[in-house]
Amino acid sequence: MRLTLDRRDGAGMAGLFLSPLLAVALTLASSIVVFWLLGQDPWRALNVYFLMPVSDFWGVQEVAVKATPLVLIAVGLALCFRSNNWNIGAEGQFLIGAICGGGIAVWTQGWGGPWVLPLMLVAGMAGGALYALIPAVLKTRLRVNEILVSLMLVYVAELLLDWLVRGPWRDPFGFNMPQTITFAPEATLPLLFDGGRMNLGTVITLVVVVVATVVMARTLKGFEIKLVGEAPRAARFAGFDDKKLTLTVFAVSGALAGLAGVMEAAGTVRQLLPGFSPGYGFTAIIVAFLGRLNPVGCLIAGVFIAITFIGGENAQIILRLPRDMTLVFQGMLLFYILACDTLILYRPRLVPRRAPA
Amino acid sequence: MPLLAAEGLTRRFGALVANDSVDLTVMPGEIHALLGENGAGKSTLVKMLYGLLQPDAGIIRWKGDAVTLPTPKAARGLGIGMVFQHFSLFDALTVAENVALALDDARPLRAVSDELADISRAYGLPLEPRREVWRLSVGARQRIEIVRCLMQNPDLLILDEPTSVLTPQESEGLFATLRTLRAEGRAVLYISHKLEEVRGLCEAATILRQGRVVDRCDPRQQTAGSLARMMVGAHIAEVRRARAEARIGPVRLRVDHLSVPSEDPQGTALKDVTLEVGTGEILGIAGVAGNGQDELFAALSGEVRAPEAGNIVLEGTPIGWNGINARRRAAAAFVPEERLGHAAAPRLPLSENALMAGHAKGGFTRRGLIDRGRMLGWVDAVTHAFDVRKGPRDPEARALSGGNLQKFVVGREILGKPRLLVVAQPTWGVDAGAASLIRQALIDLAARGASVLVISQDLDELFEIADRMAVIFHGRLSPAYPAEDLTREAVGLLMGGEGFGPGREAA
Ligand SMILES: Nc1ncnc2c1ncn2[C@@H]1O[C@H](COP(=O)(O)OP(=O)(O)OP(=O)(O)O)[C@@H](O)[C@H]1O
Ligand SMILES: [Mg+2]
Repeated sequence: MRLTLDRRDGAGMAGLFLSPLLAVALTLASSIVVFWLLGQDPWRALNVYFLMPVSDFWGVQEVAVKATPLVLIAVGLALCFRSNNWNIGAEGQFLIGAICGGGIAVWTQGWGGPWVLPLMLVAGMAGGALYALIPAVLKTRLRVNEILVSLMLVYVAELLLDWLVRGPWRDPFGFNMPQTITFAPEATLPLLFDGGRMNLGTVITLVVVVVATVVMARTLKGFEIKLVGEAPRAARFAGFDDKKLTLTVFAVSGALAGLAGVMEAAGTVRQLLPGFSPGYGFTAIIVAFLGRLNPVGCLIAGVFIAITFIGGENAQIILRLPRDMTLVFQGMLLFYILACDTLILYRPRLVPRRAPA
Repeated sequence: MPLLAAEGLTRRFGALVANDSVDLTVMPGEIHALLGENGAGKSTLVKMLYGLLQPDAGIIRWKGDAVTLPTPKAARGLGIGMVFQHFSLFDALTVAENVALALDDARPLRAVSDELADISRAYGLPLEPRREVWRLSVGARQRIEIVRCLMQNPDLLILDEPTSVLTPQESEGLFATLRTLRAEGRAVLYISHKLEEVRGLCEAATILRQGRVVDRCDPRQQTAGSLARMMVGAHIAEVRRARAEARIGPVRLRVDHLSVPSEDPQGTALKDVTLEVGTGEILGIAGVAGNGQDELFAALSGEVRAPEAGNIVLEGTPIGWNGINARRRAAAAFVPEERLGHAAAPRLPLSENALMAGHAKGGFTRRGLIDRGRMLGWVDAVTHAFDVRKGPRDPEARALSGGNLQKFVVGREILGKPRLLVVAQPTWGVDAGAASLIRQALIDLAARGASVLVISQDLDELFEIADRMAVIFHGRLSPAYPAEDLTREAVGLLMGGEGFGPGREAA
């Protein structure tokens, strides 16, 4: 016997929504088994992971703080991936954004004004965009593989940040710790509520989600992105220039990742230091796919992943479970969503090796 | 005893019944035609017989026994081979490598090469085992697919619209091969829209209409007209031409000494092409496939820019450096040869395929936002004017049968009221009724004063609609002659390169 997959007819729209929901449900079910095997009370563990993070307003704000960079980066990546451009280096663009914006905060320390923050945000976006244009230009001019270049540039950005905070930008009064000064108030994003860390960055991200949704669904640019990804030759017939588009989507996704970086620096961490990002740029790839490369989908997926991050921290403290559990969740989630996609689009069938003659 | 008998085969796609209780009997040593309009369900039926689609109901009998065909491999195991209209070959590999890869049992390349050479000699299918596929013509590629099937020693060979991409000479070669196979007692199931061809070749025919078998006949006893009537259940209109001299006016499109190197290494460069199309005129360009038609289309559409702006002049304005959308705004429209992937995006709905070609001229957007209502309205208009048969109102392009998609892409451009229409292979794979509809639409467009340039390999088509004709050969274009001064033989000679001296101007 052998397993084959037959394409199902007319499963398009249902699969779009069914598959992520089913994947989440299966992840929860499997995690019950995992907790049980670890000798934990599954209900208590689920509670710690998925309910405690959102059980009070402070927790909800923490979830928003984590979800903000994930969603912002994922929305940019979704535009890229839709048009068949594979930007895997959002993590690097995120760090460069933080460096460009943070550099302004360090430089204007002591003599800045209300103009500092807008300047930082613009610098962060510009830095991220330019950094993302490196693989894009190499792809369009020399046909260099953008996956490799964008990925390798992540390590360049990490090392650059490392050098800056250990060398020129180190806080002179920081006991030799590798970190910059804490940013001045005019270089930080205002908080939305007292007694929490949610800041203006979350609002900016929601605006970006709305704009991206309209662009994708209702504008010619969104149609161009879709068409170039679906059928490049037809896109040329439609008069769209795929090379220009590659540059555009890389610049936009780099700008959004850079914006996420500078907002993380100016809003949440308020200084630069080496392990500044817990890998947001990479996790955002999962978020983008879990969200079906759709801006609103990315928002929902980003919140869900953020909850598992916070839940993981809680579980470390309360249940003494290793932090790796969070990665196990994310891995299971990605696995289930791919499986659900396949099974909803295709019907598996066991067939005999030889047809009866 | 029949070789193959299908009894009550039914296949649905959602609400649409593509095959409704179809019975089909193929005898050994018979060339059996499967006829029907676009979307009648011919491809669906043979895909079930080859194990590519599973029937929802009905049985297939092979030499009397009921069989299930879960995969094409199972079908090949029984002795059923199939050649698809769209080839599945690896361009970078050689002929022998392509054949070896497709065999169900592993055999050394050497043995495959030898056997391939034997078969190609025995059946008159000339092929060089060591040639890379990208160097070969369409006809040669099809010969690979056929040889590939014959290597499995099939009792039944299924061919889905094999001649729609072949030159007349290549078609004749194919028929000779099929007659040899028949003489050996093998059966052939043959799908074609070319009814004359079917009359000369087949001794049995099953006719489908809207998924049902409506008739069976011996095509040798029929005329092309009576076969067409069985297919559509009605009379097919003759294409009517207006008097040419009366309406042809001043030159609208002028191509002036245009030379363009080809983008891909397998292509043909255009060399010093000069032509003119007047208002109200249809200019036909004949030629064997691969002689620069694709390059000429790309240069005219603006997908590839001309070296000099003045190489292409539309209504007095040099447009050689303009892109395709600037040309569309100057009231030009284009229909490329390849429907899926070039003229239409397979996985997008028809409405977005309408937007694709129409967005340059506006009308689909309101205050910068896409207006879905207008797009759907356009789809309805095209559907109505060109009789596009489809299930839902706005299906994905790939869910349409080949001919219906062709009607959609031609209709999409003609309804935009262009003053210049450049169209390649307008009736490629389209049934007789739809072909006459499309040709009539082209003639009517010209009668209203538009200029039409038709690139086609189908000489019958060109003689039917063109006012003047030119021939393209190795990237050069012959002068255009009035169609009534030309004979088929004269065009045939030009297509073979007669009169195109090396390095000289065409005679
Ligand atoms: N994968 C599919 N999904 C939905 N509908 C389909 C699919 N394949 C075919 N159809 C529909 O089934 C019907 C029969 O299609 P089929 O391709 O068998 O026609 P055909 O007779 O081969 O036509 P043509 O001469 O144009 O190739 C058409 O209405 C088509 O739209
Ligand atoms: Mg077909």
